[in-house]
Amino acid sequence: MSVHTAQHHAPPTSFIRKHVFSLDHKVIGKQYYALALVAAFVGMFLSWLMRIHLAWTNAAIPGLQLLSSNGAPGGVITPEYYLQLMTMHGTIMVFFVLTTAPFAAFGNYFLPIQVGAEDMPFPHFNMMSFWVTFVAFLVLMSSFFVGDGPTLGGWTQYAPLNAIGSVGGPGQGAGVVLWAISIALFCVGQLLGALNFITTTLDLRVKGMSLMRLPLSAWAWFITSCMGLTAFAVLMPACILVILDHVAGTSFFVASNLVINDQMLPHSGGSTLLWQHLFWFFGHPEVYIAIVPGIGIVSHILITNMRRQMLSQRVLIYSMAALAVLSYMVYGHHMFVSGMNPFSSLAFSFPTLVITIPSTIVVLIWTFSLYGSKLRINSASLFALGFISMFVSGGVSGFFLAQPSIDIMLHATYFVVGHFHLVMGVAAMFGIFGGTYFWFPKMAGRMMNETLGKLHFWLSFVGAYCIFMPFHYLGMAGNVRRYSTFVDDFLQPLIPVHRFITIAALITGAAQLIFLYNLIHSHFWGAPAPDNPWAATSLEWSTATPPPFDNFGGKHPVVYHDPYQYGVQSSVGDYVMQTSPEQVATEHEEK
Amino acid sequence: MRTKKILLTLFTLLVCSSLMFAGTVSGKVTYTGTPAKQKAIDMAKEPSCAKQHATPVLVETVVTGPNNALENVVVYVSSGAPDDGQVPAQAVTFEQKGCQYLPHVLVMHVNQELKVVNSDQTSHNIHPLAKVNREWNKSQPPGTPPIVDKYDKPEFISVKCNVHPWMHGQFAVLSTNHYDVSKGGGGFKLPNLPPGKYTITAWHEDYGTQTADVTITGNETKDVNFTFKAKAY
Amino acid sequence: MAKFFAITIIVIAILSAIPILRHTWVAPEDISTHGALIDEQMSETMAEAGISFLAAQFILAIFIWKFSNRPSDAKIKSFPGGAKGLVIAALLVVGIEVMALGVFGVKAWADVYLTAPSANAMPIQVQAGQFAFYFRYPGPDGKFGTLHPELINEGSQNFFGLDPEHDTDARDDIVAASMVIPLNKEVHLLMHAKDVGHSFYVRELRVQQDFVPGLDVSLHFTATKVGKYEIVCTQLCGLGHYNMKAYLEVMSQQDFDSWLKQQASQ
Repeated sequence: MSVHTAQHHAPPTSFIRKHVFSLDHKVIGKQYYALALVAAFVGMFLSWLMRIHLAWTNAAIPGLQLLSSNGAPGGVITPEYYLQLMTMHGTIMVFFVLTTAPFAAFGNYFLPIQVGAEDMPFPHFNMMSFWVTFVAFLVLMSSFFVGDGPTLGGWTQYAPLNAIGSVGGPGQGAGVVLWAISIALFCVGQLLGALNFITTTLDLRVKGMSLMRLPLSAWAWFITSCMGLTAFAVLMPACILVILDHVAGTSFFVASNLVINDQMLPHSGGSTLLWQHLFWFFGHPEVYIAIVPGIGIVSHILITNMRRQMLSQRVLIYSMAALAVLSYMVYGHHMFVSGMNPFSSLAFSFPTLVITIPSTIVVLIWTFSLYGSKLRINSASLFALGFISMFVSGGVSGFFLAQPSIDIMLHATYFVVGHFHLVMGVAAMFGIFGGTYFWFPKMAGRMMNETLGKLHFWLSFVGAYCIFMPFHYLGMAGNVRRYSTFVDDFLQPLIPVHRFITIAALITGAAQLIFLYNLIHSHFWGAPAPDNPWAATSLEWSTATPPPFDNFGGKHPVVYHDPYQYGVQSSVGDYVMQTSPEQVATEHEEK
Repeated sequence: MRTKKILLTLFTLLVCSSLMFAGTVSGKVTYTGTPAKQKAIDMAKEPSCAKQHATPVLVETVVTGPNNALENVVVYVSSGAPDDGQVPAQAVTFEQKGCQYLPHVLVMHVNQELKVVNSDQTSHNIHPLAKVNREWNKSQPPGTPPIVDKYDKPEFISVKCNVHPWMHGQFAVLSTNHYDVSKGGGGFKLPNLPPGKYTITAWHEDYGTQTADVTITGNETKDVNFTFKAKAY
Repeated sequence: MAKFFAITIIVIAILSAIPILRHTWVAPEDISTHGALIDEQMSETMAEAGISFLAAQFILAIFIWKFSNRPSDAKIKSFPGGAKGLVIAALLVVGIEVMALGVFGVKAWADVYLTAPSANAMPIQVQAGQFAFYFRYPGPDGKFGTLHPELINEGSQNFFGLDPEHDTDARDDIVAASMVIPLNKEVHLLMHAKDVGHSFYVRELRVQQDFVPGLDVSLHFTATKVGKYEIVCTQLCGLGHYNMKAYLEVMSQQDFDSWLKQQASQ
C-alpha cells in the first residue's frame, strides 16, 4: 500500500488566509460547522412560526408583520407565507444542516486526521467547496427578500408547480429560480467535497492504516461521499432543467394544455413525473447521506465509551455499504401513488423492505455490543445511545411506509412527517450533538460543560419524543401534511394534539439555546482540554489539542493497531492507541 | 374702473353659467336575445360561506332585471369631460362576504385608494388579474387589516379569489369621475356634465363595449340607451 | 443517571404504545369493498412493528441499566453468538417478516391498482385545479362532451372547458362541486389535473391517487355505506392546498337518481 501525500501548502500567515479563505481542512470543517449552526437556528425559528400557526388557527403573532408585511398582515401568517416558511425550513435543514454538519463539518475536520494525512489532496477544491456552499446559503436566504418571497413548493419542489413561474402562486417565479440556483451550487460544493473525501480515504492513508483499520467514522464518511458523488450529480442537472423552464421557454416538466388563472400555459410536452424520478433518485440516497455519517460517529463514540469493540466491525461496514447501495433502488417508494405504473410501485417496495435488514443489523450490533461492556455515561455517549433509540423509533415506521397498500392511507400524512423527523430531525441531529460533545475538546482545545450537556440531552430526548411520536397518531387518523390551517371537519378533533406538539416544540427548541450557550462559552472559557480526554484510540487523539497546522507536527504517524483496541491491558490503561507501537494481547486484530 | 366691473361681472356670469348649465345623460341598458342561464354556485367546499346563503347564489357574469334590463354595466364618459384626473379623496371598498365579492363590479378612479376587506371566517386570496397595471395577489386571513392599494392606469381588471374558484368580480379603473353602474331596472345616470360634446361608453364584462356620442348644451337631460346582444352560451 | 435513562426509555416506549393499543387515533370506518385487506396489512404491520419497537427499546434500556457503572476491573464480555448470530437472526427474522408483509400486501395493492374496473362501472370525471375539485357526469345521453381547456372560464362556472354551443354531447353534462354516488355501485373515477399536481384522498374509501398534469389516471371503487365524507387534496398545489376539498355523498340508488335528475334540470 503506497502512501501519497497531500499537496504541501505552507502555513498561512494573514488573517484572511488563516480564518477566511483557508486551505486547511480543519478550518474548512469549522466553517462548515458554523454555517450548519446558523442554518439550524434559522430552520428551527421557522419551525416555531409554523407550529404556532398550526396550533392556534389564524392567531396573530405580535411583531411578525415587521418581518414580512405581506406574509403576516396584522401578524397573522397567510397561507402562502406558511408554505414558504415550511419550504425554507425543509430546504435549510436537509441541505445546510443535515448534509453539512455530519458530513462536511466533521468529515472535513477529522477524516484526514483519522487516516493520518496532513490535509486533503485538493485543498483549493476543498476551500471552494465551503465557499460555494456558503454562497448557496446566501442565495437561498435572499429569496426571503426578493419579489413575493421564497418558493412555496416544499423542499421537494414538485413539477409542474416548480416550473410554471409566478402564475403558480407567490414565490413561484424568482423564488423557485433562486432555490434552484442555490441547490445547484450546493451540489457543486458537495461534489468538490466528495472528490476530496474519496481520494483522501483511498490514497492518503499512512503506513499501517489498511482500509480495515480505518475508524468507523472514516468508513461512514467515505461511503457517504460515494453516495454524494452520484446523487448530487443527478440533482444538479435537474435544478438546471427547472431554471431553463423558467427562463428559456423550455417545457421539461410542464405538460401541454394546462390552464391556470383562466389562461393556457405556453408550455407543451413536458413530464410531471420526470421531476419526481430525478429528485427522488437523489432524494433517497440523500437521506442516507444524512444518516450514515451519524451511524459512523455514533459507532465511534459508543465504542470509546463502552471500552470495547463492536461485536463485528466488518459487519457494520458492510451494513453501511449495503444501505448505500440499496438506497438507489428504493426511491420509488416516495412515488407509490404518484401515477407511476403500479407495478413499479410493487417493484420499489421490495428493496425498501429489504433495506430494513442492514438497518436492523446495525441496531442489533450496537445494542448487543453494549452487553458485557463498561458503559460510560457522558453527554457524548448519551446522545449516541439516544440516537439508537430514535433510529429504532424512526425506523419501525418505515415498515408501514414501505408497503404500497398501507401507503394508500399514510402517504402525505403526518405519519411520513413523523418518520423522517425522527430519523433525520432527531437521530441525525443527535449524531451531530454527540459528535460535538465528543470532538469539541480536540477542535477547540477546551472542554464543554458536562452538566449543561446532560441537561441539553434530557430536554432534547424527552422533548423530541413528545413532539414527534404524536405525529404518527395524527397520520394514522389521516391528518394530511403541508396544510397551513386545519379547516376540514375530520381535522378539528386533532387540533388539541397539535397544541401539545407545539408547546413541546417550543420548549425543546429553547433547550437548544443551552447547547448554543455551552458551545460559545466553552469555546472561550472552557477548561483546557488534554490531548486525549476520553482515553480513545484513533489518530485524532494521538495528536495535539488542537492539532497543529499539518495535523501531526511534521511527523507522519505509523499505525500499528486496529482502530478500537479497548478492553486490553496496556501501559496506559484498558486501551492501546492506533499509533502506539506497544504490543498487547488482544481479542481480535485487523490487519 | 367701470370696464373692470363689467368684465368681472361678465366673467362671473360665464363661470356661473357654466356651472349653472350642467346637463345629465341618463338611460337604460338592456339586452336582446336570450342570455345563458346563470348557474347556481355550490359553495359546499367552504361550509362557513355556504351556510350564509339560504338559497345558493347565482353566477353574476350576466345579471338581468325586468324588461330585459342588464345590470352591472359600467357607463362612463370616455372623452370630453373637462374635469378628468381629479382623484377622489375617499377610498372605495371591495368586500369579501359570504365568499362573494361585493359589489360584483367596483368602479374607481385612477389612483383612488382601494380597500379590500375580508368579512368572512375563511382566508381569501384576492387576485386582480391586471394586464396593464401591476398584477398582484395577496392573502387576507380573517380578522386582518384591510388591504390598501391603487391602480395608476385605466383598465378593466378581472378579479378572482385564488382559494375559491367561483369568486369573480371586476374592477373598472377609469380616468373620469363621471360614471355609473346600471342596477335593478338597467338605469344609469351621469349628472353634472357641463355643456360640451361627450362620448359615453358602456362596458359589460361578457357582452363587450358600446359607445354613443352625445352633446350637452345646457341643463337638459339627454336620453342615451344601450342594447347589448345576449349570448346563449 | 444511566438507570434513570433506562427507565426513561422504557416509560417513553410504553407511553408511545398506549394510544396504539387503545386505538385512540385510527383511520375511520371502512366503507369500501377493497379496504379490508388494507386494514389487515396495517394491523399485521402494527403488530410486528410494535413488537420490534418495544423489544428494541427494552433491550437497549436493560443493557444500559446493567452495563453502566461497572467496576473498573470488570471483564468485558461478548454476547453469545456474537455478530454472526445477530446477522443470521436479522436476516431470518426480519427478512422473513418483511418479505411476508410484502408478499401478502400485493393483493391489497392489486385490488385497487392492478384490476380493471368492471364493464358497468359508472364513469364520473373529476378535475382537480387550484383549489377545488369539480365533478362531471355524462348526463342523460350517457356521453361526455369534449374538453376544450382553452374555453375554461371559472367566472361563468365553465370549469371543464365545455363547448355546449357547438358540442351537443356537452349540453347535458352535469357539473357538480360535490361528488355524489350511489351505494354499492362501482364508480370509475376518471381523473385529470387542470393546472398542477393534486391528489384525491378519501380515508373511508381507502383510496389515494395523485392527479398528474398531462396524464389521465383513474381509480375505481365501490362505496358500501350511505353518508357524507370528505375528499381532500394531499399533493401540495399552492397556497390554497389546505382548503382544497369536496364532499363525497353516498346515497341510496333512489336518492342518487333523484339528485341526478334534479341536477340535469338546472
